[in-house]
Amino acid sequence: MYRIRFHGRGGQGMKTASRILGSALFAEGFEVQDAPRYGAERRGAPIFAYVRADRVPISERGIIRRPDLVVVADDTLVPVPAAGVLAGLDAYSVLLIHSHESADTWRRRLNTPARVLVLPLIEESADRADLPSVGAVCAGAAACLLGVISEDALVKASRDELGQLGEAVVQRNLDKAQAAYRQMAEVRGVVTQGTEANAADYTPPAWISLPFEDANVSAPVIHAGLTSSAVSTGLWRTLRPVIDYDRCNQCWWVCTSLCPDGAIQVEEGRPTIDYDHCKGCLVCVAVCPPHAIEAQPERAAESLETPQ
Amino acid sequence: VSRVLLTGNGAAAWGARLARVDYVPAFPITPQTEIIESLASWIDGGEMRGRLVTLESEHSMLTAAGAAAATGVRVFSATSSQGLLYAMEMLYTVAGWRTPFVLVNVSRGLSAPITLEPDHNDVLAARDSGFLQIHCADCQEVLDSVLIAYRLGEDSRVRQPVLVNLDGFYLSFTREPVTVPGPAEVDDFLPAFDAESIAFRASAPESQAVAVLGGGPYSYFRYETHLALLNGLAVYEEIAADFGERFGRAHPAVEAYRCDDAEIVLLMMGSFATKARAAVDNLRDAGQRVGLLRPRLLRPFPAQSLVKQLAGKRGVAVIDQNISMGKGGVLYAEVASVLYGHKDAPLLVSFVGGIGGRDISPEEFFEMVKVVAAAVQRGEAPPPRLLYTEDELREIRKLQTLAHVERNSLGEGK
Repeated sequence: MYRIRFHGRGGQGMKTASRILGSALFAEGFEVQDAPRYGAERRGAPIFAYVRADRVPISERGIIRRPDLVVVADDTLVPVPAAGVLAGLDAYSVLLIHSHESADTWRRRLNTPARVLVLPLIEESADRADLPSVGAVCAGAAACLLGVISEDALVKASRDELGQLGEAVVQRNLDKAQAAYRQMAEVRGVVTQGTEANAADYTPPAWISLPFEDANVSAPVIHAGLTSSAVSTGLWRTLRPVIDYDRCNQCWWVCTSLCPDGAIQVEEGRPTIDYDHCKGCLVCVAVCPPHAIEAQPERAAESLETPQ
Repeated sequence: VSRVLLTGNGAAAWGARLARVDYVPAFPITPQTEIIESLASWIDGGEMRGRLVTLESEHSMLTAAGAAAATGVRVFSATSSQGLLYAMEMLYTVAGWRTPFVLVNVSRGLSAPITLEPDHNDVLAARDSGFLQIHCADCQEVLDSVLIAYRLGEDSRVRQPVLVNLDGFYLSFTREPVTVPGPAEVDDFLPAFDAESIAFRASAPESQAVAVLGGGPYSYFRYETHLALLNGLAVYEEIAADFGERFGRAHPAVEAYRCDDAEIVLLMMGSFATKARAAVDNLRDAGQRVGLLRPRLLRPFPAQSLVKQLAGKRGVAVIDQNISMGKGGVLYAEVASVLYGHKDAPLLVSFVGGIGGRDISPEEFFEMVKVVAAAVQRGEAPPPRLLYTEDELREIRKLQTLAHVERNSLGEGK
């Protein structure tokens, strides 16, 4: 059985990636299971999706513990413990990171037994409609790494999964998915099918008996306010809203009231965005009456910042 | 007929579409929303007839479902978790009206603390409501069960609403290959609803569920509903057999997997049972005589079938994906009650696991079998076991530490 996990941020198309790969494997005659996993649905929050494929019907379900292949669409997730990117990686696993860093750098940073590959970051385009294609890119690369999916099957699966978005979107995604597929040609088929635990020889679970604990300890209560301000949810952002103050007419009530995270403050009549907490949902971009807020790719925006 | 990749939610929606439902009162809730979105888009695009109406709450949604069913049309609705509980008053009420319809529940753990992932405490809260309950283990079964549920609920020997349960995430959002039968095939299996005397009309008022005082009349009506549900057992087997003949897929009231010569049996409900199936195969390969029993029906409870299947087995791990606070696993108590007094009944060991979507690993299935085997040797069952590991306690200790640090550093605690 093949077991594949895709990690990314809400909005990057990880569910789509898992569905493209799932459909392609199904078209190649595999029994397939694909599923996304996330908490409250939010753009920018860490999510993952997974695919299982086998020649016989699949009884396993739920989160993949021992992945054969892990694809990471956003390398800022690697060090986030809650994202669980590195969970269960073993010597037979392949870790493919969509990153501008080299495979060597990631190998040294992570000291993982897995084989580390890098899918060079696609150049961020000024055309914002281009950005979500990262899901298709990851699916295309994964399809080649498995070695059992033809490029035709990848194309058909991408069409099946994206068709309802219109031909222009399909074509843009296809171009990138196929480019990623070809880019992986040298390591085609590098992913092998791992095994799960074996009843004849297994490590028993370290079960414990939960002790009673006083409600002062065991009630699900956080004994402090302001905890949400202590968490830098701004790190989730893949797109950054930037206010052009030449266009801003200071109708601050609109953007400040409609920001779902309360991340826009007013200073002397001017709205300012708190980038430590703005998750990049872009509601402000949509509602701004004078169209003074623009969305910029986060990494490009970061590189323009003056180092402090 | 086509075999396509569908989520459990998609399969539920296809079931409703193929059943040609007339009316869908709806209210969204994670992880159920995709069901009503699919139906809405089909109705909107003219691919499906019928009327979908969004109500202002699940309580109103269930009221609308019962009221529409009382006019004799075919009704479908779906909810989950807090939504099912919010509708609970009306679940009991409409079940007393003796009008059939199908309600899909997508299992999700209950608040507080709040979660999105599945366990069965939501659907078990409806256990005594008068709805029949079918629990599904895979996406194919979800589609098939919706069709079977209409035949079952509409049968004149039953005439009750039916709840079809699927687990959130593990089925609701999981795509698997599902065979979608052709409409003509389904029409043959499930003809249009012959509502007989169910014909409530605004133009011809009649009393639905009158008030009865004194206990005697009330006892009569309540017990008649109980008898209708008990009838459901034989009626279910009859319909499932017909379904099997037509579509080639067997859905008996109790799934028995590799049980014939089994000494130890895993007994559980829902989608996690497919993991148990994989563990059984693995244990069999290692030479152990282990099987799986999975009740698909919870109400009516397939008591006789379980007694028969368990007779002569040595030990059973009853795995509950629920907790009755202050008692323990609900399925364990149900199974124990039907085995009581049977001389050749096996030893039962109670496990609680999979709460709030917490996974159950293959090693844990192997270990449960080992614990049961040891208990059989000793002739005594150990206390109930929560499937919970050292690592998980370490995780909660970390969270508690963070909460304490925040209390101190933010200075807002007491």
